[in-house]
Amino acid sequence: MPVSLLWAVDVYGRVYSLSTAGQQWEQCRDAQMEIKRVTAVQQCCWGIACDNSIYLNVHASDLPVRYQEETYENQRWNPVDGFSDRLLPSDRWQWSDITGLQHQPLDSFQLPSSSWEWEGDWYVDENFEGEPTEKEGWTYAIDFPANYTKDKRWNSCVRRRRWLRYRRYKAMDTWAKIPSQQTTLPDPFSDISCGGWEISEEPRGRLSLWAVSLQGKVWFRDGIYHHNPEGSLWEEVPLPGEVVQISCGPGDLVWAVLWEGQLIVREGISRDCPKGTSWAVVESPSPDVGATHVAVGVSVVWAVTKDSKVWFRRGVNSHNPCGSGWISMVGEMIMINVGLNDQVWGISSEDRGVYFRQGVTSSELSGKTWKAISVPRDGDRSHSSASASSLQSAGCFFCGEVRAQSVVSDVESDTEKGSADGASCLVTSASPESFVDAPSDPSDPSTAGEGGVRSSSAGGVLSPSQSGAPLEWSNVDLEEAQGQQVPAGAVQDSTDTCSLSSVATYTLAMEDPYGADEHPLWAWVSGGGCNVDSHYQLNWFNSMAQSVQSMSLSVTPAQTAAWRKQIFEQLSERTKREMDNFRHYEQAIEQSVWVKKGTMQWWRDWKPHKWIDVHFALEQFSGPEGNKDGILFIYYNFYEEKKYLHAFINEVTILVPVLNDSKHTFAIYTPERTKQRWPIRLAAATELEMHDWLALLSVSCCDSRGIHGPPSKQAIWSTTCKGDIFVSEPSPALEAMPYPTPSDQMFWRQVGGHLRVVECNSVGIVWGIGYDHIAWAYTGGYGGGFFQGLASSTDNIYTQTDVKSVYIYENQRWNPVTGYTNRGLPTDRYMWSDASGLHECTKTNTKPPSPQWTWVSDWVIDYSVSGGTDREGWQYAADFPASYHGHKTMKDFVRRRRWARKCKLTTTGPWQEIPPIPLSDVTILPCAAQSSMEVVPLWAISNKGDVLCRLGVTALTPAGSSWLHVGTDQPFKSISIGAARQVWAIARDGSAFYRGSVSEENPAGDCWYHIPSPSKQKLKQVSVGRTSVYTVDENGKKTHFHMNLTQLTLDDYCSLLKEEIVTGILITLYDTVWIIADKVQGSHSLSCGTVCHRLGVQPMEPKGQSWDYGIGGGWDHITVRGNSMEPPRIRLPSLTDPLPALQSPISVRNTEVNGNPVGC
Amino acid sequence: MADDKDVLRDVWYGRIPTCFTLNQDEVTEREAEPYYLLLPRVSYLTLVTDKVKKHFLKVMKAEDVEEMWFEYEGTPLKWHYPIGVLFDLHASNTILPWSITVHFKNFPDRDLLHCPSNSVIEAHFMSSIKEADALKHKSQVVNDMQKKDHKQLWMGLQNDKFDQFWAMNRKLMEYPTEEGGFRYIPFRIYQTMSDRPFIQKLFRPVSPEGSAHTLGDLLKEMYPAAIPNEGEQKRYQVVIHGIEPLLETPLQWLSEHLSHPDNFLHICVIPTPTD
Repeated sequence: MPVSLLWAVDVYGRVYSLSTAGQQWEQCRDAQMEIKRVTAVQQCCWGIACDNSIYLNVHASDLPVRYQEETYENQRWNPVDGFSDRLLPSDRWQWSDITGLQHQPLDSFQLPSSSWEWEGDWYVDENFEGEPTEKEGWTYAIDFPANYTKDKRWNSCVRRRRWLRYRRYKAMDTWAKIPSQQTTLPDPFSDISCGGWEISEEPRGRLSLWAVSLQGKVWFRDGIYHHNPEGSLWEEVPLPGEVVQISCGPGDLVWAVLWEGQLIVREGISRDCPKGTSWAVVESPSPDVGATHVAVGVSVVWAVTKDSKVWFRRGVNSHNPCGSGWISMVGEMIMINVGLNDQVWGISSEDRGVYFRQGVTSSELSGKTWKAISVPRDGDRSHSSASASSLQSAGCFFCGEVRAQSVVSDVESDTEKGSADGASCLVTSASPESFVDAPSDPSDPSTAGEGGVRSSSAGGVLSPSQSGAPLEWSNVDLEEAQGQQVPAGAVQDSTDTCSLSSVATYTLAMEDPYGADEHPLWAWVSGGGCNVDSHYQLNWFNSMAQSVQSMSLSVTPAQTAAWRKQIFEQLSERTKREMDNFRHYEQAIEQSVWVKKGTMQWWRDWKPHKWIDVHFALEQFSGPEGNKDGILFIYYNFYEEKKYLHAFINEVTILVPVLNDSKHTFAIYTPERTKQRWPIRLAAATELEMHDWLALLSVSCCDSRGIHGPPSKQAIWSTTCKGDIFVSEPSPALEAMPYPTPSDQMFWRQVGGHLRVVECNSVGIVWGIGYDHIAWAYTGGYGGGFFQGLASSTDNIYTQTDVKSVYIYENQRWNPVTGYTNRGLPTDRYMWSDASGLHECTKTNTKPPSPQWTWVSDWVIDYSVSGGTDREGWQYAADFPASYHGHKTMKDFVRRRRWARKCKLTTTGPWQEIPPIPLSDVTILPCAAQSSMEVVPLWAISNKGDVLCRLGVTALTPAGSSWLHVGTDQPFKSISIGAARQVWAIARDGSAFYRGSVSEENPAGDCWYHIPSPSKQKLKQVSVGRTSVYTVDENGKKTHFHMNLTQLTLDDYCSLLKEEIVTGILITLYDTVWIIADKVQGSHSLSCGTVCHRLGVQPMEPKGQSWDYGIGGGWDHITVRGNSMEPPRIRLPSLTDPLPALQSPISVRNTEVNGNPVGC
Repeated sequence: MADDKDVLRDVWYGRIPTCFTLNQDEVTEREAEPYYLLLPRVSYLTLVTDKVKKHFLKVMKAEDVEEMWFEYEGTPLKWHYPIGVLFDLHASNTILPWSITVHFKNFPDRDLLHCPSNSVIEAHFMSSIKEADALKHKSQVVNDMQKKDHKQLWMGLQNDKFDQFWAMNRKLMEYPTEEGGFRYIPFRIYQTMSDRPFIQKLFRPVSPEGSAHTLGDLLKEMYPAAIPNEGEQKRYQVVIHGIEPLLETPLQWLSEHLSHPDNFLHICVIPTPTD
């Protein structure tokens, strides 16, 4: 898991963050003023400062926040001036928005706040619907509004062009004040809660921000999303009472606490209405004591009552946001916060420490125990608290630094607000300088820890303190003088006061009896951005001594220790000394045959195909040269007759796990079986048994081929449609001319992990992208997954997770009486089905794809279906099956909508996550193995279509250091970099771009050149070699560009694929081309997703001659860019080749089937 | 950087080139040729010398043959110590091959255990594993294994099947992460100069303060003389599997990687050669 932050505020208003990988609270030094409360999400943190304004701290990211402003310039032709800005009176404005209704001259665009800056000046967009335009970006039409074309015709009377300008949010990593609203300024805020990012994917980064004002009103901040992090305006939300505190979860849960102690629950929150529609009231958990605090997650609600008791709400979910009942929990807290994965943090009422709820899992949401987070704060000794505080005052939010000259404020006390016990009076001061002070109460230090309510006069007495640091206080909350000391109950009393009022109560002591920092007192904690779960190993709980210990260990990993080196050296010396001269001696123990047997099921070769019980045996022995070998036998009955099938281990080319929801099966291929497209398919009784066999067979296959340890840097990597990762060592003969090693003889072995895309180059840099778009870098290990013990390296193996969605369709047919219903015609598909409609898939009977996957969400409507949907997610069509559109027309009689449910897989492998930007494509510059290139260019496309260039990628640091964002005017989907740093990319609208001037000094290049697509095809994928560029279009046709280094010309377009390969997934390479093709005919069967190798590719014949078919049946992606073996061929005199000895880069990948191409 | 797994392989595949010669006093029909063999360091003499026996029996009369035993420079070799230990203890720093004298008479009952069959070796080997696991896991792991798992350990050793052995043995090498190691480290310290066969006591891999114990810590407590004093000439070599690990090597790591198949860490303390 990537590192994320837990945020907290101490009673002095200092903001701290604690990293999930760290062991120290880091103070947020940037804060200009004290912060009262924070609410964090992963990308930013909101806070209420002591001036009661709201501040936003957007975490710096490699991905800038840029907003594209656009406006249109409109012109009309007249016989005198030609095209000019003289329009007809009935026409639109000369400068307008796309509809023409809004007048938008260039100078009308203003930066929304001081946190923004312009990136450059206005410029004309010269791309039009994926095609480059001529003549300064003008598009022509007969009249406004009409269809525009890029070509000027005889009847083109009007024209327009689009101007673009970007503004950039610059206030990263600092607390920037949210500009207050001009007229309807909400009164001072006292509580804030951010969440709601799971409600909708669109717009990207959308958040809900809820705030509570001192007068108990609730406000909702509208329009917060990635490109507009500040949001646009506050909307007041009508209330049934006065609210003191509110909590918003990641999804659609919003709860708030009323002054009177009841709770209210927001109902009607949905994708279309993130603000919700109404409130429902839930009584306080305890009849006598009102609630003071509530915290919600995805499907949990925690509450705290006035007596500091903690409560957990049963039965809360999206459909029943109110839940069903309260459960009392152990522990006494003043506040609780629920973060990601429904993890829970609290601040104890006893010692004001931050506690983490351990053992919270999706099946046990209430967790097990509270555990104190005991890590030091940075600079704990460095700043002694200025005027010190009486730590005893548990309600103290701000102490210390107070102006020397202070003024008695007008204090408006509102005793009605005070609740029964621990009654307090709310003091709201009007003047920002005013503050209230309780006479310091020199308390006995020994009781300090428990605290006690300090009496203070209701009117507020000022006592100047020595500190010079100015501080603006705007409001405080005082305990009413009670006269009685209540040692035990006191904390709670003051606690609810502060929770209720959300303002500060403080008392001042002239002197701090002991270092205030000895024991930090926390006021608020927010885990909304803190991504941990019950499996995550946190280092927050060790004592200081231990943490130092473990840190020093991590600084000097065992691998680098001298003792370890010594053992390795001495062992190899020992081998030299005791064995090297005596190799001719006889071995004492003769190698014998070792047999392992078991029973399995076998998918029999003859019809009717079915699973039959067989005995399975693996015989291992030492081969003639001392290498190990083996034979596997499958014993079966054929018409009462005992027969067997066998395969030599050294002929097995791959073992593929084929998990599905009913059987634990795997497939064994040999070259012969690959030709037949008919592997030996076996099913084990249990998953464990299957993994044991796979691990054993895999080790046995590797032994027989003498393969040990990690894959070489030149290895060829590929992934299957199940996400399994395979690697093959290229042999020098792979590109031999004229008789290369047939690709069906390549041996593939599995590497742990789960990826959708993998990409490599020959210096050993390998990157992968999971189904959840998370990027991973290869660590140099091997094994992981089901490889246990010896088949796996001990180091460099890490936990890897992946998440994907399972989709089902709800189908309905219209009938004249009842409209759309789930009653179809007898001939119709199932009313709940898969995409094809052939299989019934209901919400309850649909299982995760295999036992490795577990559900992690509920079924939700998927609105991101290609073709668009209506507000309820429906797509309409005349009949099943047909092409669907997102709105109902007269001709539509059926409709469907897609439901998605996320499932998650956890495995291990030699991969380390590269947070934080999710990717959809990645490309690494192919270079020769001996290349002296230090920093390797690596480009990627984020899952939102941003183009990114990775900095600092070297053989030693394959993960690189940071992303450089490369601006584009539209989202991209595919990218590839060639051996001479030629970067090509495909935009989502299918157009191709070339990035100019990419060099070592200027790794990101300077600008994009729009390359006309061959025959106006919409392209899907691009791959660049040394002199060739290949693309695949959306129909799976392959195109070849010949590229000369200085000039780009479309050389020719040819279908390199034979007729029977209906779809090609793409490819390309330098000299060699590999692709994944569908529907490859074997002698016995047909396979989809087959790895194919183009034979006969020569510098003078870049198209090659024929296809060689390799492993197949569900392959998704292959990269051979690491194979830098130069095919032995007659080399032409190098044409000013900047990178001699370039090898054969290639990559093949499948673009997402369900991708939603977004036009620009 | 090499992987820790490679250490296991190196340890397992350690071989000592050995020259077996028949004792001069044995009655033979014709002169016996010496017999050369690569002996696995981790195995037992009587388990791997069938070929030796067969070789010398060819020149002897059946009636002259009693139980075979081995001797090196006058010292009878205890078959129940791993071969590597015998070599490190008695013959390290000598010229290879290791020259062992084979006897078929006058079995030294006072020095050696009888070894009538491989089942005796198996019983000895398994009891060592069980003893080691009692120290490491209160016997929990070995008791959870099935009979066939025990057999797999033994067969792995007997047939020199590294994968087969370690597929099972890795379970014996596991420990709860939070404890930082085994309960006690199964070790034996051998010395040439003493009448005591070896030193074996309870010793934990982690100190009460939570820091990892090293080889040096162990020796300091068990055999202080083995550690050279400040500025003093090194008097003893501390040898495990023919190598001298640094004294700061963590004991837990040694136990996991340099133990013999019997799961004990056999440490030989021998005088530093004078030349």
